Amino acid sequence: MPDVIKTKTDATTDAIAPPAAGAPETAAEGHKSQGRPRSLWGDAWYDLRHRPMFWISSVLLLFLIIVAAFPGLFTSVDPRDGDLTNHFLTKPELGSFFQPDWFGYDGQGRSIYARVVYGTRASILVGVGVTAAVTLLGGLLGMLAGYFGGWLDSVISRITDIFFGIPFLLGAMVVLNAFTERKVYVVIFALAFLGWTSICRVMRSSVITAKQADYVTAARALGAGTRRILFRHVLPNAMAPTIVVATIALGGYISAEATLSFLGLGLADPTISWGIDIAQGSKDIRDNPHALFFPAGMLSLTVFAFIMLGDAVRDALDPKLR
Amino acid sequence: MGRYVARRLLQMIPVFIGTTLIIFLMVHILPGDPIRAMWGDKAADPAQVAALRADFGLDQPLWKQYVDYMWGLLQGDFGETFGGRQVADEMSEAFPVTLRLTMVALVIEIIIGIGLGAWAGLKAGKAVDTGVLIFTLIVISIPVFVLGYLARFVLADELGWVAPNVQDSTDYAQLFLPGFVLAMLSMAYVARLTRTTFAENLRADYMRTAMAKGLPRRRIVGVHLLRNSLIPVVTFLGTDVGGFIGGAVITEGIFNVQGVGNLLFKALQGREGSTIVGVVTVFVLIILLINLVVDLLYAVLDPRIRYA
Repeated sequence: MPDVIKTKTDATTDAIAPPAAGAPETAAEGHKSQGRPRSLWGDAWYDLRHRPMFWISSVLLLFLIIVAAFPGLFTSVDPRDGDLTNHFLTKPELGSFFQPDWFGYDGQGRSIYARVVYGTRASILVGVGVTAAVTLLGGLLGMLAGYFGGWLDSVISRITDIFFGIPFLLGAMVVLNAFTERKVYVVIFALAFLGWTSICRVMRSSVITAKQADYVTAARALGAGTRRILFRHVLPNAMAPTIVVATIALGGYISAEATLSFLGLGLADPTISWGIDIAQGSKDIRDNPHALFFPAGMLSLTVFAFIMLGDAVRDALDPKLR
Repeated sequence: MGRYVARRLLQMIPVFIGTTLIIFLMVHILPGDPIRAMWGDKAADPAQVAALRADFGLDQPLWKQYVDYMWGLLQGDFGETFGGRQVADEMSEAFPVTLRLTMVALVIEIIIGIGLGAWAGLKAGKAVDTGVLIFTLIVISIPVFVLGYLARFVLADELGWVAPNVQDSTDYAQLFLPGFVLAMLSMAYVARLTRTTFAENLRADYMRTAMAKGLPRRRIVGVHLLRNSLIPVVTFLGTDVGGFIGGAVITEGIFNVQGVGNLLFKALQGREGSTIVGVVTVFVLIILLINLVVDLLYAVLDPRIRYA
């Protein structure tokens, strides 16, 4: 994707964008002199700052991350504490914000509000964990295949083809079925095991484009080593499409975890997951829909926030799609 | 063309072997013994267990089991379940049901997805465009199983418009709701993709030429624009079959459709190794073939693409 690498010359705006992390050329060129063309990352950041979608999703995600990190701040009730006298009790009373019975109780008399709060952590951990694992593994393999080519490329590409051929959710079900212990890291492993292929393909193709650029030849002529060329010249210029794919996929991983947990193949009981709660709520949906709607609503809201962020990042980094 | 197809088919062989090997290994390294599990908590006769293990070939080394399985597969033998049924029989009952369900979903996805996307793309930047964008964003955010229960709860339980369970899977009217739920996610992606390509191609030179020639707008949009915009959409539809299959497990569970998704789910719970491997194997084959068909479709949509 050569058009992604292009920088936009837009001299009308004052360039005060702080350099994005991991973009050496941004730091090198800097934005000290006004009117100079911004780098891709500076340009993307400028674009992001002017999108309401970016801010809405960022604020939402910041809130969700705080909930995931410190659930105790939002409720003092133990989410595993069931009191059967509260069986499916609802309290649709207005003004009872942040009370244990705010969302009512589930079939085992546990506070749905507390469970929704504590369930955030598993979802965020799985989403971020799988994305990180997939970006590292797929990115590394794609980079090696794209840069070195030859037999290494052939081997990696064929392995990618094989993993790409396995339907994602279906494969994850089979993989997870092989584990008896269903902790967060097991789910992360299963999803990352099958999910790295698209990142690998995207990275491979953008590395192939980037390594043919003149600045790579120039760096080599100046005597730069392979590692320097790869990490200082090729990688920063080939990363944009990978970041786009990874951000967009994040919401999907959270959704996949909930789906697997819902089917009883993902996270298991001592871990609190919205998927498990939705599965339990779905058994009695006719009489007690509230036990399903609150975890389902939070799940959808979280996926929504991540997808919205992915959209904004894609629009900012991929000018072609504007 | 013929040589291209032959080469593609040959390339499929290593991919097919690799995928089935991975699935086979994942299924067979399961801890615990499915044969021993048949006795539940009762004491099992070790001789009987050993005999059954030998019957199902489970006493062989793993590589031998895989080679035997693949050899059987070549002769059309998918093996037996622990209950003694042919896996091929079970699949031939379940596959037509899922096939009908996915057909319904695919039709809904194509009509609504491309329709919405084209509408938004033609009115890029207007209120309709923003509306469609927000709608698709919301649809993508709601996981399929949540959407399924929501649809079932509102349309079947509360309003009583449709039956909550599918009783007769040959009745397309009954398959409409599960098909719709299955289609929703992909439909949203199709709509977005169509919108993007439509909006992009609107500015293309051939569009200006067509307009300058004084062609009626219906022909410009319906022939020139649509055909040129369909390539990425068709690619997406092809690669999305895998997603459909994953979604079918959930949709079939919610609406009680006795298809492959249900079969696979039961097999996972009962650790019916040969059924799991069989179903996934057939899916992998279907996906590989569809990808080939999609690549061949390019040449139909874009005459510049030729396969030597």
